[in-house]
Amino acid sequence: MKFFEYEAKQVYARFDIPIPHGVLVANKEQVKDAVAKLKQPYVVKAQVLSGGRGKAGGILFADDADEAAEATAKLLEMKISGSPVHQVLVEEKLEYVKELFLSITVDRLNRTYVVLTSEAGGVEIEETAKTTPQAIIKTLVDPQLGIRDFHAMAAAQKLGYKGSQLAELTKIIAKLYQALIDSDAELVEINPLAETSDGRFVALDARLTIDDNALFRHPDYQTKAEERKGELLPQERLALQKGLAYVKLDGNIGVIGNGAGLVMATLDLINHFGGRPANFLDLGGGATLEQIDAAIEIVNSNANVKALLINILGGLTHCDVVAKAIVETAKAVGTSKPLVVRLVGTNEKEGKKILWEAGIEALDSMEQAARQAVKVAGERTPWG
Amino acid sequence: MGIIINKATKAIVQGITGTQGSYHTKLMLEYGTNITAGVTPGKGGAVVAGVPVYDTVQEAVEIHAPDASIIFVPAPFAKDAALEAIENRVRTVVVVTEHLPIKDSIKIMAYAKQNNVTVIGPNTPGIITPGECKLGIMPSNVFSKGSVGVVSRSGTLTYEIASVLSQQGFGQSTCVGVGGDMVTGLNFIEALELFRCDLQTKAVVLIGEIGGNLEELTAQYIAESGYSKPVVAYVAGRFAPAEKRMGHAGAIVMGGQGSAQSKIEAFKRAGVLVAEKPSDVAKLLGKFGVF
Repeated sequence: MKFFEYEAKQVYARFDIPIPHGVLVANKEQVKDAVAKLKQPYVVKAQVLSGGRGKAGGILFADDADEAAEATAKLLEMKISGSPVHQVLVEEKLEYVKELFLSITVDRLNRTYVVLTSEAGGVEIEETAKTTPQAIIKTLVDPQLGIRDFHAMAAAQKLGYKGSQLAELTKIIAKLYQALIDSDAELVEINPLAETSDGRFVALDARLTIDDNALFRHPDYQTKAEERKGELLPQERLALQKGLAYVKLDGNIGVIGNGAGLVMATLDLINHFGGRPANFLDLGGGATLEQIDAAIEIVNSNANVKALLINILGGLTHCDVVAKAIVETAKAVGTSKPLVVRLVGTNEKEGKKILWEAGIEALDSMEQAARQAVKVAGERTPWG
Repeated sequence: MGIIINKATKAIVQGITGTQGSYHTKLMLEYGTNITAGVTPGKGGAVVAGVPVYDTVQEAVEIHAPDASIIFVPAPFAKDAALEAIENRVRTVVVVTEHLPIKDSIKIMAYAKQNNVTVIGPNTPGIITPGECKLGIMPSNVFSKGSVGVVSRSGTLTYEIASVLSQQGFGQSTCVGVGGDMVTGLNFIEALELFRCDLQTKAVVLIGEIGGNLEELTAQYIAESGYSKPVVAYVAGRFAPAEKRMGHAGAIVMGGQGSAQSKIEAFKRAGVLVAEKPSDVAKLLGKFGVF
């Protein structure tokens, strides 16, 4: 679960990581009172989860309360990477001399956390990572020791600081790691970490992504995750409730399968044969009747879908259960959309028999099924 | 032969009294896997499918001296189960459990390294040396004995590809799922290294997917080490959108890193044949002759 900037900053503040003074507002009218205690001028920032916010015009500047209110109104009308803006963070604008980059994330190869630092912080960091990767310094974390102060100091030193600034930066790195560990995050990132004109360090932006699998240890974050469900598409919400992995795509062939890799390969095959998948939906292992019903409902309710492709290679998943669900749902929903089913594996014979009796032919090969789905979806396109 | 597990492997099952644990214990026993004991804290003295159950791994180790453990313990308790197996120096630990927190996986892997234990998973279908031993949840009928080593990040896709391989006469030495998480134990490079040293293995199939850069690093390893056996790869997720998790916790293109295209290009540069479709894997292996 990604945190909004203001939520990440609340966490940072608990760990004594310096952040600018600021207030969160949800409408233009709140701004005047809210900024009364802040020093002018202001920076006004749209709260969205997608990256590239600055380049998309999601950050504005204001000299006084009136301008801040105008900026807030403007941002609240915007959509950034498709997401509407519901909240705006108004902060004191700070003068700074340098933008640093500080991030702690997971290093897959070394199976540990890694601290990434750079003197070249700011909006171009992804470009920097590609063109001059040596500008980003990597420090692997010993998982048994974590980041001790001496590790943090060594990392801070590499950014070229001395004396009290070195001590301050050391503290921030160590605290940021503590924030990551205590919140079970998979990413914490400050970009930019500004060196202000008077020599302090302040986190101008803040990212924090919680490891969804660790939510059970954090009841407060779990509540937040529940609240977030309100912003999901109805299909995404149902998928989450039923323990299905669903990602909406923009094509017209609805896809259901068992196993993440198998479903990804199915999407690739559809594309290979010239079609376009409408979604990714992984039933996982050993799906129940209820889950399969929900999966069909989710995919079928997407108006763009012209044909459904169900690809099952039964191991833990039983073909007869899938077949029953297909027949039942087809009856209940009265799906008018053409259905292509590939069904092999555990209880294959029973499954195929159930489908055959309902007038549905099950195929053996996933390639054949993908080709068939592309053909069927293509045929129907001209008539909608 | 094959890698990591074979006929001689003696295994225990942690979480044997649970629904999954007991179900798969029966299937593994039917396959011929030598399962000598089970462990569930608080259920010592029980018997599951003829297998004695103990409260602790330590007891099971003292009495049965297993070389491997397979873990079916729910995610919140899986870390402790793995640490218990590692502390008792069970040489191979297969963690089937899905949804382990990353922080827990990092702890497990560090402790395993310190104790020289091989961890497979988490979030893995397990490992099978066809005709000899199965430690996992895979449907055994799609596998057949032979000389192709398979290492994969995915479960069902492995069954798909193994099934085509078996039908076309390419039996397998060992098939191992490394797991779909961001942090896993055994990785592609280590599996390739083991396959390199295995006399039964004549070629290796690598099944990758989007997320991370381990495929790229594996390609680099293949090129730099002058890998001695033919390698064929398939990479799933060519059309996956960025910043979206595709089922597996580790299958995500993030910050421009981890795309299928980047992995495919890296493999091709390293001289690895890359299959366009799952069924092409067998065709590409055919180019290296019959083995």
